[in-house]
Amino acid sequence: MKNSSRRGFMGKAFGAVAGVGAVASLYAMKKSWDPLPSVKAAGFTTLDMSAYNENELITEKWRGKPIFVLKMTKDMMSKASDKEKSRLIKVGDSHFMVCLGLCTHLGCIPGYNPNEKTFLCACHGGMYDFSGDVTKAPPPRGLDIPPFKVDGNKLVLGEAGPEYKKMKETGITL
Amino acid sequence: MAHFTKATSVKDWLNQRLAVEKLEKVMMSEYWIPKNINFLWAMGMVLVITFALLLVSGIFLLMYYQPNVNTAFDSVNYTIMREVDFGWLWRHVHGVAASVVFLIIYIHMFTGIYYGSYKKGREMIWISGMLLFVAFSAEAFSGYMLPWGQMSYWAGMVITNLFSGGSLHADGLVEWIRGDYVPAQAFLNRFFMLHVLLIPLAIMGLIGLHFGALRIPHVNNQDGEEIDFDAEAKKYLDGDKAGSKVMRFANDFMSKDMMVVGIYLIFFFYLVFYNYGFAMDPVNFDPADGLKTPAHIYPEWYFLWSYEILRPFSTNVGLIAFAFAQVIFVLLPFLDRSPNTVPANRRGLFAVWFWLMLVDMIVLTAMGKVPPSGMFSTIGFYAALTFIGLWIALPFITKMEKKV
Repeated sequence: MKNSSRRGFMGKAFGAVAGVGAVASLYAMKKSWDPLPSVKAAGFTTLDMSAYNENELITEKWRGKPIFVLKMTKDMMSKASDKEKSRLIKVGDSHFMVCLGLCTHLGCIPGYNPNEKTFLCACHGGMYDFSGDVTKAPPPRGLDIPPFKVDGNKLVLGEAGPEYKKMKETGITL
Repeated sequence: MAHFTKATSVKDWLNQRLAVEKLEKVMMSEYWIPKNINFLWAMGMVLVITFALLLVSGIFLLMYYQPNVNTAFDSVNYTIMREVDFGWLWRHVHGVAASVVFLIIYIHMFTGIYYGSYKKGREMIWISGMLLFVAFSAEAFSGYMLPWGQMSYWAGMVITNLFSGGSLHADGLVEWIRGDYVPAQAFLNRFFMLHVLLIPLAIMGLIGLHFGALRIPHVNNQDGEEIDFDAEAKKYLDGDKAGSKVMRFANDFMSKDMMVVGIYLIFFFYLVFYNYGFAMDPVNFDPADGLKTPAHIYPEWYFLWSYEILRPFSTNVGLIAFAFAQVIFVLLPFLDRSPNTVPANRRGLFAVWFWLMLVDMIVLTAMGKVPPSGMFSTIGFYAALTFIGLWIALPFITKMEKKV
């Protein structure tokens, strides 16, 4: 300080003020670009699981993306392998496949054939079984499962419940 | 205080206050351009004119366009196209110019590469030019979002997804950019702001820098000859116009420049009136639908080459290759180790490099357009490898180059 001129000091003082201001404005700008509270609040979708029919694919919407909901028949459950069962969600006494309806290859929307009980993606021919697991390439993995929480007869999408966390840990979904 | 006298004319009045005569000399009549050039040197002015067309047509579109997910599509396809008198003209001028501007940018770039116009003091011209290319790319992308058709939506989805960084899964960053989980109102509104204000401001600033960067090293010439501009300018001003190697920017050079611009404008308006379809993707005439993916998602032609570098690899490798392709052109002045500033045809192996790069980028562009399967997929893969390989080879082949 002893050797610096008064002008030098003023320069540094201004630099400090401007620096604090710049960091503060950058913070404000960053926060202004964040998703709004209303957008975040709309990020949860609650599904009434008692309203679905067996083996009928219903497409719901969660965070702007299609969600496949498929209620299993007794026949499907008896045929299902352990791996397939591990992908299903149990709500009450029924089992459901609940998946993001976007092909894990390039994001097209696969179609469901209720007779064959399989999904086929028309874009590049990828196939999935009724649990959403991949049976034919090119998709690298089964359909992704959205974060969910079982709440009585309801399913809340967007909130990670214990069943979802377990699926994530065991690598059933990404 | 400066001394002012009673003005003898309007010009004198302005001269005393704004030095308009001096300004005219510095910017126009005594800004010196080499004589040894060809029509490719007019591409800068062609770009200026195209930018002006974009600006003017954009102003008119802005008066009716509505940045709202419910009304955007109709404000473009109904209000502007059907209700507004000559609305179609502004839209087609804007769309065609947005596409053609990239064609001219690529010609401008490859002219610079061919004649070595990024070397020996001209590095900042090249770098500011590449920054302009980046800014124009961002401008094109943000503008493509605005009609809110299927291609707008899905291109927005795919391109913003790139920021998740593949296996890094940086979904928070993607949601931050979008302001939502998927492209929606917040996304459309902020890209509208970027398209009509922030990026155009950046572009205008960069154009200023690009022109400024030209002042000291001056424009290159067909032989890369080092010209003593002061001596040649003196020769010209002393009356030896034929013997001097330079000419005035205005009106000498401008008269030829505007001749090329005239021919270009005929071609441009031919496209606007009779062949605008190439700039208007049919898929984008379906309104955006987040629950329905188009069968093929592909970018406009000018992004196809870099898209094709992304596509043939696995997610992570593809992203790295893509990032490499985006930045590598900026580094050209430093990767070219040769001391020669001459046209590529006199530079031995570099001539081969130049033509291979040009052909490779055309092949990448073509392969980016076709579905990624079979033969096309293989050709695209090798073309992408060739692109990367050429850049890695560049420092070595230019290092070996003999001084001419």
